[in-house]
Amino acid sequence: MSLLDLSISELGRGLRAREFSSVELAGEALGRAESLDGRLGSFLRTTPELALEQARAADRRLADEADPPALCGIPIGHKDVLCTRGVETTAGSRILEGFRPPYDATVVARLARDGAVVVGKMNCDEFAMGSSNENSGFQPTVNPWDEERVPGGSSGGSAAAVAARLTVAALGTDTGGSVRLPASFCGVVGVKPSYGRVSRYGVIAFASSLDQVGPLAKTVEDAQLVLSCIAGPDRRDSTTSPAPVSDLAGALREGVRGLRLGIPREYVEAGLEDGIKAVFESACRWLEAEGAELVEVSLPSTEYALAAYYVIAPAEVSSNLARMDGIRFGPGEPQAPSLLEAYELARNRGFGPEVRRRVALGTFVLSSGYYDAYYLRAQKVRTLVAQDFSRVFERVDALISPTAPTPAFRLGERTHDPLAMYATDALTLPANLAGISGLSVPAGFTAGLPVGVQVLGPYLGEAMCLRVGAAVERAADVWRRVPAGFDG
Amino acid sequence: MAELQAVIGLEVHAQLLTRSKMFCGCRAEYLGLPPNSNTCPTCLGLPGALPVINRRAVEMTIQTALALGCRIPEFSKFDRKNYFYPDLPKGYQISQYDLPLSLGGHLEFEVDGERRSCGITRVHLEEDAGTLHHAGEIHTAKFSLVDLNRAGVPLMEIVGEPDLRSPREAPQYLRALRQLLLHLGVNDGNMEQGSLRCDANISLRPRGQRELGVKVEVKNMNSFRSLEAALEFEVRRQSAVIESGGTVHQETRGWSEVEQATVSQRSKEEAQDYRYFPEPDLPPLQVSRDLVERLRGALPEPPLRLRDRLRDQHQLGEEQAALITERPQDAAYFEAMVAAGAPPRSAANWQLGPLQALCKDAKLDIEHSPVPAVELAALVRMVEAGEVSGTTGREVLVEAFAMGRSPVDLIRERGLIQVSDAAQMQAWVDGAILQLPKAAADFRSGNDRALGPLVGAVRKASGGVANPDLASRLLRERLGRGGG
Repeated sequence: MSLLDLSISELGRGLRAREFSSVELAGEALGRAESLDGRLGSFLRTTPELALEQARAADRRLADEADPPALCGIPIGHKDVLCTRGVETTAGSRILEGFRPPYDATVVARLARDGAVVVGKMNCDEFAMGSSNENSGFQPTVNPWDEERVPGGSSGGSAAAVAARLTVAALGTDTGGSVRLPASFCGVVGVKPSYGRVSRYGVIAFASSLDQVGPLAKTVEDAQLVLSCIAGPDRRDSTTSPAPVSDLAGALREGVRGLRLGIPREYVEAGLEDGIKAVFESACRWLEAEGAELVEVSLPSTEYALAAYYVIAPAEVSSNLARMDGIRFGPGEPQAPSLLEAYELARNRGFGPEVRRRVALGTFVLSSGYYDAYYLRAQKVRTLVAQDFSRVFERVDALISPTAPTPAFRLGERTHDPLAMYATDALTLPANLAGISGLSVPAGFTAGLPVGVQVLGPYLGEAMCLRVGAAVERAADVWRRVPAGFDG
Repeated sequence: MAELQAVIGLEVHAQLLTRSKMFCGCRAEYLGLPPNSNTCPTCLGLPGALPVINRRAVEMTIQTALALGCRIPEFSKFDRKNYFYPDLPKGYQISQYDLPLSLGGHLEFEVDGERRSCGITRVHLEEDAGTLHHAGEIHTAKFSLVDLNRAGVPLMEIVGEPDLRSPREAPQYLRALRQLLLHLGVNDGNMEQGSLRCDANISLRPRGQRELGVKVEVKNMNSFRSLEAALEFEVRRQSAVIESGGTVHQETRGWSEVEQATVSQRSKEEAQDYRYFPEPDLPPLQVSRDLVERLRGALPEPPLRLRDRLRDQHQLGEEQAALITERPQDAAYFEAMVAAGAPPRSAANWQLGPLQALCKDAKLDIEHSPVPAVELAALVRMVEAGEVSGTTGREVLVEAFAMGRSPVDLIRERGLIQVSDAAQMQAWVDGAILQLPKAAADFRSGNDRALGPLVGAVRKASGGVANPDLASRLLRERLGRGGG
């Protein structure tokens, strides 16, 4: 039994009762990372000095303040796409090696303001591009439930570390499923907030119109506590919604009685592995037993979503990554015979193959003569996908489906087949195209591997997602299970 | 072969006089600062940093567009213009592509006193790039240094229609545009320092032909003179190509001040594909009609109309009226002088002559002149009334300007109303004698104390500016007691 096995509210009670200090808690997290992460590779770097400083400050607040924030003294990890002042931030890319941002991302600052303790920067696919964490420029992360399998991506380091109890919670980013997929593969909760619910300021961009920061945590309540801290308008990010954040904590206690939940036909009729299907069907039965009405719905544009996503996201990538040009970032190429060749050399050396592929793809689809055929068409599909969701949310309160068609796959299984890898995100990426809210919650296991259920809510419907997710979590009752070898 | 006609259109970039940059809180004023000191994560293009639209820059652009008679669509957006260059830290410039802030206006200007009009395609908003300092000449330099102090400064682009027909028209169009920007207070009009920049597109075609010829873009012209010279050079160059049976290549050429020639920079084949797409970091702009009407209501009088009004109202000469309305602060100073009672033509002469020279030497803008309009007006009135000579007036103005004193005070303190004004003094003296015959008789008969009231009457008639000593002397002479 480790302190890291406890939920945030359990830890909060212990901290307030002085059963243990934040310094001790952070020490335990860092100690576990030290001894266990050699197997996982979930951290790109731990931040013991920062953690100690923040934990000491948290202990003072816990002693001095009548009502310290829920996250005060709680260890947390940041996906390495989040800028942390003075702490190397690479986005999992060699080209950003040595980059120490002079500023904190808004989400990093908000967690720090509430007293959370940063224990490290979490591994991820390079610039968050990938579904397995195998695209990290530094190391792959493996799945704590089966170390021959991937943790999912791109927030694989965050998910694996939470599952293995190396940190209490972590932030990830979700552009096409990068929080929900690793959450499902690693058996943790992962929330993808609605586009604009959480600030992107200081988040190294993958695809700006799709990226959202979301928490990975052991429980729905833990995820809610982190989300409540980071959500809300930010004047530094003009794409944040000005709407105030609704009562997310209250949603957890409401239950699903009387809710109408839709099951998208297109998400369940093809390609689901039997084990996934079985877990999902039991989740459906639990929800019905709790008083929810389940109805089949249709999202007819689903089959075009993947293609549209792989036009829009690379287009934005090609532009977002242009600043990594070897002049300010990346290996300089002073011997290059021309400016153009200096750019080419630096980017060829600094970027991994998947990033180069997407930059090339994105550059192509935005090129003069191809823009209308690809980018513009993809944007039209995007509108259709969003309209599908708006239409069904007139009839149902939320949608439920498996998070992924399969459990975690083996390392190397899909690395040579980009299209198979892309298809991993088929059930998650439509929500990013539409900008709606979603989460993945552990619902059971198949052959010893975790299986997540995805809950999708309307735009700014985070409370509804948490409400349904909490019901699945209560019925599944699996969150205290710890991967073998990480349970001591 | 028919005579060739030039077809010219100008693209003008104007840095906006906002307090902060286009998308961050750094100062828009960047000159004279240590390199890269006026920067933040956003204008450095650091990973993760995001832009936030400068509201004031949007307002200034809309106001300029309104002054040019443009339409302001309700919906506008920013786009990314993608290209690699070391002065562009993000690898793209945030600009506007297919939905600019404004469309379709025109600019009135004059060539040799003749009124012309040039269509305005659009006025849109973008951000400036940084600056490069090459260690030596650009193509041979071992290295170049990047300074991003200028990166992100708001830049308004005014795209003109190809309505100009000769190189002579171009600087006149640009002068009128510059004057408009100055009057709107949105740009400082400094072409040398590059806060106002101009590119030109020029093609030739046989007179009478409708289709346009192959166009050449000309850059690097940083004065009215070089603009005209570059276009004249292009007319000669392209004419020679066409007349010798060749074809003009579509390309970008740069004006070389040293060679007094344009030099090819980039051919059409090498032209960049900017891969414009909507800027996902910024929501589209909804421009409310209320805002447009509020900005329209705050527009200043158009410079040409102001010029005509002042010319007609005050019987100014054509050139005088033009010079006095060149910049809004000039017109304001002039109108303040006139309001303070200075005769308009003299006021204009004093302002454009001695005052402007003093301001220029002191590198002071007229609005910060140590001699304000009311005080210069008082001096002009004295000169006009013959109380001081023009020469004395100018000398006093120089001193007053240097000391920050009132010219009239200096004249009074120093008793500078001169003997040459004797005729006026004589008239006041005669008037005083007629007005006070008893005092005059008493003084004539030897009563010295009778002089006081007579001098007082002279001073009263002069409005207090008559030199009392001179008045006494003239009264003595007049009343037969001179030389005593």
